[in-house]
Amino acid sequence: MDSDAFASVDAVVQGLASVGYIASRRIATALYMSVHLQKPILVEGVAGVGKTELALSTATLLDLPLIRMQCYEGLDESKALYEWKYGKQLLYTQILKDRMGAELADAAGMDEAMERLHGMGDMFFSEPFLEPRPLMKALREDDGCVLLIDEIDKSDEAFEAFLLEVLSAYQASVPELGVIKAKTPPIVFLTSNNVRDLGDALKRRCLHLHIPLPEASLERRIVASRVPNIEERLTHQLVGFVHALREMDLRKSPSISETVDWARALILMHADSLDAAMVRDTLNVILKYEQDIQMVEPQVSELLRTAQATP
Amino acid sequence: MQHQMEDFIRALRAADVRVSPVESIDAHEAVARIGYADRELLKDALCATLAKSEDEVRRFDRAFDAFFARDPFDFATPPPPPEGGEAAPPEAKLEDVSEEAAGSELAQIILAGDSTALSQAMEKAAQAAQVSEIRLSTQRSRLTRRLLDEMGVAEIEKIISQARRLEGEGGAALADRLEAGRKIVAAEAQRYVQRQHDLYAAESGRQLREELLARKALNAEGGIDPVDLQVMQALVRKMAKRLADRYSRRRNRARRGHLDVRRTLRQSMAYGGVPFNVVWKTERVDKPKIIAICDVSKSVAAAAQFLLTFLYSLNEVVDRMDAYAFSGRMIPVNQILDEHGVDKAILEVLKLIGFQQTDYGRALQDFAENHLDKLDRHTTVIFLGDARSNYADPRLDIMRTIHERSRSVIWLNPEPESYWNQGDSVMNRYLPFCHLAKTCNTLDQLERIIEDVLRQYVPH
Repeated sequence: MDSDAFASVDAVVQGLASVGYIASRRIATALYMSVHLQKPILVEGVAGVGKTELALSTATLLDLPLIRMQCYEGLDESKALYEWKYGKQLLYTQILKDRMGAELADAAGMDEAMERLHGMGDMFFSEPFLEPRPLMKALREDDGCVLLIDEIDKSDEAFEAFLLEVLSAYQASVPELGVIKAKTPPIVFLTSNNVRDLGDALKRRCLHLHIPLPEASLERRIVASRVPNIEERLTHQLVGFVHALREMDLRKSPSISETVDWARALILMHADSLDAAMVRDTLNVILKYEQDIQMVEPQVSELLRTAQATP
Repeated sequence: MQHQMEDFIRALRAADVRVSPVESIDAHEAVARIGYADRELLKDALCATLAKSEDEVRRFDRAFDAFFARDPFDFATPPPPPEGGEAAPPEAKLEDVSEEAAGSELAQIILAGDSTALSQAMEKAAQAAQVSEIRLSTQRSRLTRRLLDEMGVAEIEKIISQARRLEGEGGAALADRLEAGRKIVAAEAQRYVQRQHDLYAAESGRQLREELLARKALNAEGGIDPVDLQVMQALVRKMAKRLADRYSRRRNRARRGHLDVRRTLRQSMAYGGVPFNVVWKTERVDKPKIIAICDVSKSVAAAAQFLLTFLYSLNEVVDRMDAYAFSGRMIPVNQILDEHGVDKAILEVLKLIGFQQTDYGRALQDFAENHLDKLDRHTTVIFLGDARSNYADPRLDIMRTIHERSRSVIWLNPEPESYWNQGDSVMNRYLPFCHLAKTCNTLDQLERIIEDVLRQYVPH
């Protein structure tokens, strides 16, 4: 592991910035603690606030492979941890049957045949027949890796319980093989959108990080880093406008990813400052519901003025 | 600093942030790594290890700021000697007063105007006086006194009186300065204790009130005090949410149609790859189905509001729930509960059907005629009422049908068991058709019973 990047919290902030992720102190501290205490980190926040991106950036920063597991309803251990290669196992039994006849043909009696059979070694449930899934892959990365368990709140309670062993001891039990333990514990991120409350047992095993919507100054830096060619004046206006929108009672407030998308869209349209017509044309980039758009549209000019007024 | 951390964790718990021993170990490890030097860093690190939801983060921030707030003490600097004329006589030294005075730490701190040292002295004294054990607001003055004693204020008072008796003006000047310092220290001590109270005890007053309320009989004379109504509604809502959280969990049910390839093949190994036993994937079934029938007639007037509040909260959190209310006739109230806020909804229901003559038979008949098809073997029926039917026919036959058709029938009666079957109560005649009948007239009981109900009687 690149220990320099995690020598101090400031180093983490700088490191993340160098790979294009502008982190607040709280984010950096949580990440720093997670690496040094070797604890998974549970990241919460509204959609589009940069939860997944944090894991991606950490992987880039440390130059480690990223293993990603998207959670959904009905996800079970055969899709998350391992699966046996049934086809191959069946083939193996076929071969075994054919060979068995030849091997055991000269055995004197049943007892001897059985003896020989036991001596042949049980290949059936062994590593070559194991199909590793994301969790297993992460445990078997000897040089460490970043494991991203995305949207854990979408998975079932049973799966959450199953994760506990992996998260607290960085090991997994395969009944047929025994315990598989990671040589280097992976850096684990879990993200949640709060679809349902997570169990206390899971929360206890993780550090917790809640990413709020950023302050204007931080968001301006994020936009500037994500959209390199943007004019400073435009950034200022656009972030001000988005912040004014967040004050309103919308079904879905725009989050950082929407701000960045909007900035990119405006660049494509060769805009160097915001005006009411331009905003109306591109409103569908930041607002995802028809009702929201209808509500905002008549107020665009006014919102622009408040956006300009804010420092 | 170990002690500080323990106190802080206690303050967090008092602020309703749940901290388990594992988390407190994490916190100690985090602190060991980053140290106490950088306040923001400390705050962020502790936040990551101790606060585990958005709500807790907010409470954590508040508790941290209150706990680690150490305003510097403001010592009055000694007045500069008057210009010109003859210089004021030099102040007497502590050593002049007595040997004991020279050894008094507090006196030295006051004279030096060293606010950091005073903070430290106060912290140390506070530990000795166990100020952080404060529980009630009435303990404040006593603890302030103890804190001052520990700091050695009595000593200072002695020094002051000795100094006044010294010859020359120097003694008086010294006494005046000590006196001023003593006042500041006393004021600070008071503020310190107040803050400790805010940290550790402010919440416990509210908790105490909630606890009492939870145990208060709901059909007591006059029902719930209007002052407590808000608190009670909040309590009921919290309870319903807690129950729903726990029991909305998905449950397994076998479903034909989806083959579980992995497990089928695994089973078939024993038969040389021939799939003898076919294993099907299981589907997860959502949430229990509940039918709640609530009596809002005159005889349960005191409890009606509480029962309806509970009905309302349950309706909010349980997806598959049908709610009915009756006095003489029975009406479905789902729509009313869905459309209005809790106060309005309860008023509407009571206006529509409340406080009339009870007729259980009639109400059951309404149910049988219009809603019997809602019952199936997955349904749990909950009756909330006193079974006082004004001597009308209780229609046990319908009750039997309900009993046979549903998975379980639960009766929650606000009256104690000794009243059942007295006067016009027909509770004991309904009893054979209930899987469970319980007295339930406090929030505590209600929660316990509903929890049992959901665990045992709701389909798995």
